[in-house]
Amino acid sequence: MPAPIRLRELIRTIRTARTQAEEREMIQKECAAIRSSFREEDNTYRCRNVAKLLYMHMLGYPAHFGQLECLKLIASQKFTDKRIGYLGAMLLLDERQDVHLLMTNCIKNDLNHSTQYVQGLALCTLGCMGSSEMCRDLAGEVEKLLKTSNSYLRKKAALCAVHVIRKVPELMEMFLPATKNLLSEKNHGVLHTSVVLLTEMCERSPDMLLHFRKVWILVPQLVRILKNLIMSGYSPEHDVSGISDPFLQVRILRLLRILGRSDDDSSEAMNDILAQVATNTETSKNVGNAILYETVLTIMDIKSESGLRVLAINILGRFLLNNDKNIRYVALTSLLKTVQTDHNAVQRHRSTIVDCLKDLDVSIKRRAMELSFALVNGNNIRGMMKELLYFLDSCDPEFKADCASGVFLAAEKYAPSKRWHIDTIMRVLTTAGSYVRDDSVPNLIQLITNSVEMHAYTVQRLYKALLDDISQQPLVQVSSWCIGEYGDLLVSGQCEEEEPIQVTEDEVLDVLEGLLVSNLSTPVTRGYSLTAIMKLSTRFSSVNRIKKVVSIYGSSIDVELQQRAVEYNALFKKYDHMRPALLERMPIMEKTASNGPTEIVQTNGETEPSVPDTKHPPLVTQPANQANDLLDLLGGNDVVPVIQTTLPTKPASAGGELLDLLGDLSLSSGPAPAPSVPISQPPFLLDGLSSQPLFNDISAAIPPMTAYSKNGLKIEFTFERANPNPNIAVITIHATNTTEADMTEFVFQAAVPKTFQLQLLSPSSNMVPALNQGSVTQVIRVLNPQKQQLRMRVKLTYTHKGSPVQDLAEVNNFPPQSWQ
Amino acid sequence: MQFMLLFSRQGKLRLQKWYVPLSDKERKKISRDLVQTILARKPKMCSFLEWRDLKIVYKRYASLYFCCAVEDQDNELITLEIIHRYVELLDKYFGSVCELDIIFNFEKAYFILDEFLLGGEAQETSKKNVLKAIEQADLLQEAIEQADLLQEVRLLTDP
Repeated sequence: MPAPIRLRELIRTIRTARTQAEEREMIQKECAAIRSSFREEDNTYRCRNVAKLLYMHMLGYPAHFGQLECLKLIASQKFTDKRIGYLGAMLLLDERQDVHLLMTNCIKNDLNHSTQYVQGLALCTLGCMGSSEMCRDLAGEVEKLLKTSNSYLRKKAALCAVHVIRKVPELMEMFLPATKNLLSEKNHGVLHTSVVLLTEMCERSPDMLLHFRKVWILVPQLVRILKNLIMSGYSPEHDVSGISDPFLQVRILRLLRILGRSDDDSSEAMNDILAQVATNTETSKNVGNAILYETVLTIMDIKSESGLRVLAINILGRFLLNNDKNIRYVALTSLLKTVQTDHNAVQRHRSTIVDCLKDLDVSIKRRAMELSFALVNGNNIRGMMKELLYFLDSCDPEFKADCASGVFLAAEKYAPSKRWHIDTIMRVLTTAGSYVRDDSVPNLIQLITNSVEMHAYTVQRLYKALLDDISQQPLVQVSSWCIGEYGDLLVSGQCEEEEPIQVTEDEVLDVLEGLLVSNLSTPVTRGYSLTAIMKLSTRFSSVNRIKKVVSIYGSSIDVELQQRAVEYNALFKKYDHMRPALLERMPIMEKTASNGPTEIVQTNGETEPSVPDTKHPPLVTQPANQANDLLDLLGGNDVVPVIQTTLPTKPASAGGELLDLLGDLSLSSGPAPAPSVPISQPPFLLDGLSSQPLFNDISAAIPPMTAYSKNGLKIEFTFERANPNPNIAVITIHATNTTEADMTEFVFQAAVPKTFQLQLLSPSSNMVPALNQGSVTQVIRVLNPQKQQLRMRVKLTYTHKGSPVQDLAEVNNFPPQSWQ
Repeated sequence: MQFMLLFSRQGKLRLQKWYVPLSDKERKKISRDLVQTILARKPKMCSFLEWRDLKIVYKRYASLYFCCAVEDQDNELITLEIIHRYVELLDKYFGSVCELDIIFNFEKAYFILDEFLLGGEAQETSKKNVLKAIEQADLLQEAIEQADLLQEVRLLTDP
């Protein structure tokens, strides 16, 4: 058998392949040759063959048949073989397979080899991919090498110990004595790795941390080493652009951070050196900035004096002006972390931060945006908003939703005047209207309603906006609603804030009808405009035109529109005397919460006063998609509401209520709605407000819901009412696990908004068995006296496959019956 | 550090060093996705990005991308320095290193990396010492190969 070809030869050959197929053919041929060579147990060429296999593996081809060969190479006496063997082990073997355990003995022998380079190979491999079993077996050897005087081995042993501790934390103690003398070494390699080892120990064990702080008194030692590095002259061996061993400096600063955290004495002991590093480090190159960055992180994290903190933030401010975008990125990230605690200091750099909104890099822009929102306050709102709105105009679509929400929140908190608030909202709707979140439409409507003196101005501006562009649905919805409510102000030209426009009733109706027929309007929007047209029947004089429109839509294919039209038609025909009362101007709405769903109390208007149930139901705004969920839960098939009057869990349908209230309505006047058309749109949401089901029959079963489903863990909520007290909802959580490993130490925690009270009873167990073999159940009792929409934040912690997992989630999709 | 990848502008992997236990399949998937993400970035963008739940630091040197995934607490700027140090070591070793050197001598690139980093952390901060260690190891290897050659010749010529 001819000698197998050399590695370089193979590489050259494979690279001449012109197609993927050709390459595959060459590789297959070579693999076959290698396989037969392996079968012949050829010692001479094993090294060469494995090297070739590693090359092919890197190209993406399977190489598992070489795993055992790597082990044979490691066991060989030749250094060349061991080198390739260990490399192969690190590339091909993984700790999940038992094969790797066969290495343990070889590594043990090699750790005691006479040649330090062999020992080095063994330490490197163990430190790179040693499994917990291997680490347990070999920890003793590593500890021995930690005490050797050979610095080449000592530094490797230190990092190997770090790996051992990561895999088997209980073994930390055994390395303690050996670690003690490490810091007195002169060798920078040993120093660096020792600092890494000490850092790992401190991070893992608070006891160790205390020990290092109080007993070993590490801080002064580290400070001394750092000082020497800075003060000592040029050392060619460790110099990087004029700075002496920046890697070591950064690691020491990081360890100091951990030692100084929440400890006054340690923090004080390092104040001076931190100030020194912060002021003396050369900043022209990346190295210097790397050290400054670490210094800033340390200063902000320990109990430093205020002067030092201001210094740190100023450094970050300077970073923001740096030409290097990496430095700007790092500065923005750090400022975002400190903006809560050192708000005033960060405010000073506001203008620089706002400039970063115009940066080209996406990550920088995002951070600048988040930081900008964090910095908005009553004083700078006007200026900041101008910048943020400009940003909204020109930013990428991925930012628009977040930016719009941020603008709304900020405007709500700090608006200097109602007019400004409305103008700002208009600006957002016109520039980023399609990215605005669903719940902002009801929020805006409520805001507008409450700004009584601005009604005329608002409706005029919205009308003008509609004339320009009808593609942005939230804008169109808000505009139609306003025109419906305040159309009379519009045509009478009563605007005080700006020049009133001349608009006739017909023009207004043209616009609204245009919305109905336009392809750009969604069904929800069409609903809004039809209702708006209807409302104008009491505010405008051209009632006939409105009647005509309404009757046309009585036969619309869109069931939602059809229903509305039919009902309005009925209003004209049979209940005309009630019409003015029903279509009266909306009263001011009260807001009970500024975040999340708003509770709106409707005291008159759409509901018939003679039915006491509906007199003062708390109405809640639900985003359209939530109503869709409800519909889904109910199977979406009882969508044709109205005719039956005893549907207990019928989704909100005020129009339906109307018909119910008015008794058996004969629908012979209009065509009967198609009985079995499944609805794909939300149910009738009266102008974005849904009302409580008329028939408060809570004894109907509340459907269960999936609250959380991620990484194989699924949590379902089932509900029941505690009968003596209807304000208490009893939720049972069922946690199941679809992965192949059990989830142990499972803890479920929940938090609710302030108006609720939560009681968590003990869980059935704290282990969620794998593959859905069982579930953990736990009962939660929620007291909801104000009948607000139930929201919950849950925190899950468990151990899965040996590693701890933690997750936070919001649960918002509670079915309304659970809290109404 | 969790892993380091070197890849060309066409997305071909030239070196992959993993410091976390992952199966071959998972490694392949991560490499593929990450390489695509980075190749899609424009030259003006910064060297750091958040990808999945990792912090990624990358830098391009001629036709090769050097990409590291670091932990949350790691200093991104010093990671750039680590990458740079590795490039300097390769450069010193191969003499004006280019991609072809790393392709044809990939095992040496690994050996150099393993003298510089261990378990994802720097083990030696002096350029000189890393290169010295490699040099010595290479000499050891050469000595053994020489001995082998002599042995073969002796066997052939021995009566």
